[in-house]
Amino acid sequence: MLADRDRIFTNLYGYQDWRLKAAQARGDWDNTKALIARGQDAIIEEVKASGLRGRGGAGFPTGMKWSFMPKESKDGRPSFLVINADESEPGSCKDREIIRHDPHKLIEGALIAGFAMRARAAYIYIRGEYIREAETLFAAVAEAYDAGLLGKNAAGSGYDFDVFVHRGAGAYICGEETAMIESLEGKKGQPRLKPPFPAGAGLYGCPTTVNNVESIAVVPTILRRGGAWFASFGRENNKGTKLFQISGHVDKPCVVEEAMSIPFRELIEKHAGGIRGGWDNLLAVIPGGSSVPLVPAEQIMDCPMDFDGLRELGSGLGTAAVIVMDKSTDIVRAISRISYFYKHESCGQCTPCREGTGWMWRVMERLRTGDADVSEIDVLQQVTKQVEGHTICALGDAAAWPIQGLIRHFRPELERRIAEREDAMQVAAE
Amino acid sequence: MAERTIEADTPELRARWGNFAWTAENAAMAKEIVARYPEGRQRSAVIAFLDLAQRQIGAETNTQGWLPIPVIEFVARELDMPVIRVLEVATFYTMFNLVPVGRFHVQVCGTTPCMLRGSDDILAACYKRGMKKGHTTEDGLWTFSEVECMGNCSSAPMVQINDDNYEDLTAERFDHILDELAAGRQPKPGTQEPGRHTVEPVGGPSTLKAMVTENHDYRGEW
Repeated sequence: MLADRDRIFTNLYGYQDWRLKAAQARGDWDNTKALIARGQDAIIEEVKASGLRGRGGAGFPTGMKWSFMPKESKDGRPSFLVINADESEPGSCKDREIIRHDPHKLIEGALIAGFAMRARAAYIYIRGEYIREAETLFAAVAEAYDAGLLGKNAAGSGYDFDVFVHRGAGAYICGEETAMIESLEGKKGQPRLKPPFPAGAGLYGCPTTVNNVESIAVVPTILRRGGAWFASFGRENNKGTKLFQISGHVDKPCVVEEAMSIPFRELIEKHAGGIRGGWDNLLAVIPGGSSVPLVPAEQIMDCPMDFDGLRELGSGLGTAAVIVMDKSTDIVRAISRISYFYKHESCGQCTPCREGTGWMWRVMERLRTGDADVSEIDVLQQVTKQVEGHTICALGDAAAWPIQGLIRHFRPELERRIAEREDAMQVAAE
Repeated sequence: MAERTIEADTPELRARWGNFAWTAENAAMAKEIVARYPEGRQRSAVIAFLDLAQRQIGAETNTQGWLPIPVIEFVARELDMPVIRVLEVATFYTMFNLVPVGRFHVQVCGTTPCMLRGSDDILAACYKRGMKKGHTTEDGLWTFSEVECMGNCSSAPMVQINDDNYEDLTAERFDHILDELAAGRQPKPGTQEPGRHTVEPVGGPSTLKAMVTENHDYRGEW
């Protein structure tokens, strides 16, 4: 188990004050000036050496992403850092804890990351429903300004840097980076075609990098303790510590920071009090938030919880939102409810997603009650393949994958429901 | 996509809301909001302005507020935007109420993580009180919506009522919260599980135990 001294988010549960003074006593904003004095290239190299991969779901190497930003502005356009705090993926609830209990880790990280990518300002885009969390974040940013840690000559570094908080208003799609940029510009959050990529033309047409809250908030600690320290946790290509969010049918759901690659069984036993009703009662797990396919019990029990381990099982780490389902679960309904979520959250821009998410949900609802023909399972599978990869952003894929996972692992259950309903109809007719 | 329709544009609506303007306090706030964005990019403030307007109407009507067409036009004027651009933002984002709502907006999360932890019971408790999805009760007290994941999955099931979240609910705990609100009292927000602080495992954290009682600085142990 990860030792407490190696945990980054020490106030994760909010037992202590989030305010500046208390955060400083825990080590935040400790000589930030010296970290910045290392220079842009050295900071990016350290982050690359740490092996940090983006914590928002896609897992793109963070240091490499920063290195795509222009080193100088040839045409006078400024660069921006946008921090994605639009946490809305079902199962995900980690950024909320960072923002309401350890906001200064995020704000200090924003300054350092913004400096490293030569940005003029950071916008933290926080989902609208995080109302109290946004209040805390606004107050924490104001504290940082008052203490001279942001603004002109931020933290005495000689670098001028602003951090602004921007609230959303209820749209999952704004977590997609180009939709977030559209939304920041005051439009509907509909994703943009790429290219151009945000690093070339993002917010207001300026070079922009979008990073997840957790990716930014771990940076100050990585610089203080060294990339090698962070890289000492987890398997090759899956380095670092990670906030896992455990929900569903465990005895004690919780959010906890652990080393990457921790086996599923150990994660659940040590922190979540085990599976409700014991390990024999485990049915399936959605290991990375609603977008990733479910994994049946026997496959996940000893799986290392990291990008590669879960990819090998045909699923993914996503945001490390672990949704546990025991044998009492109506598995078809659980996935159908996710289909409804994607139907509700489709922005409507691309036809395969706008029409497909509603269609898939309606078929899922019929499969839930068995009111379908067996051949429709294959039709549904085909339709998911027609949505997947045929939309501007990944929401179409995210709507398709959970259904594909259900068909892959629970086809007999779908067929059983259809047969059961047919039998019942027969009996009723007689 | 979420289905969203706006309230009809009638002479009565115009008479009631045609003269909408910021209160002095909100006018100052509006200025502060616009200053967060670069010169000429004031339209970035549209979500914040709509939220501010909705809240102002909420305060005026003792409800959670909503956005009549004349108010959407007001925001468009303030930000020098075409009305249709503001309207499409107001209809796109689900936190904007397009029709009047009640004193309390009861938003029950029904997405899978909450569903697994018993959100059906919470929804049933709403029905039992005569609430109907997407409607306001006749006494104007409750507007009821089932919403999508609110990011409280490790303390599910949850409900957001106005600006506060209530987590780790059971039907009884939820009923108690509604009773308190109806009686004009403010129930404790956050987890309703006795002894639980936030999202640590119930019964006490499995990690970072030193933090429970003191603001522990771990740097000495690095």
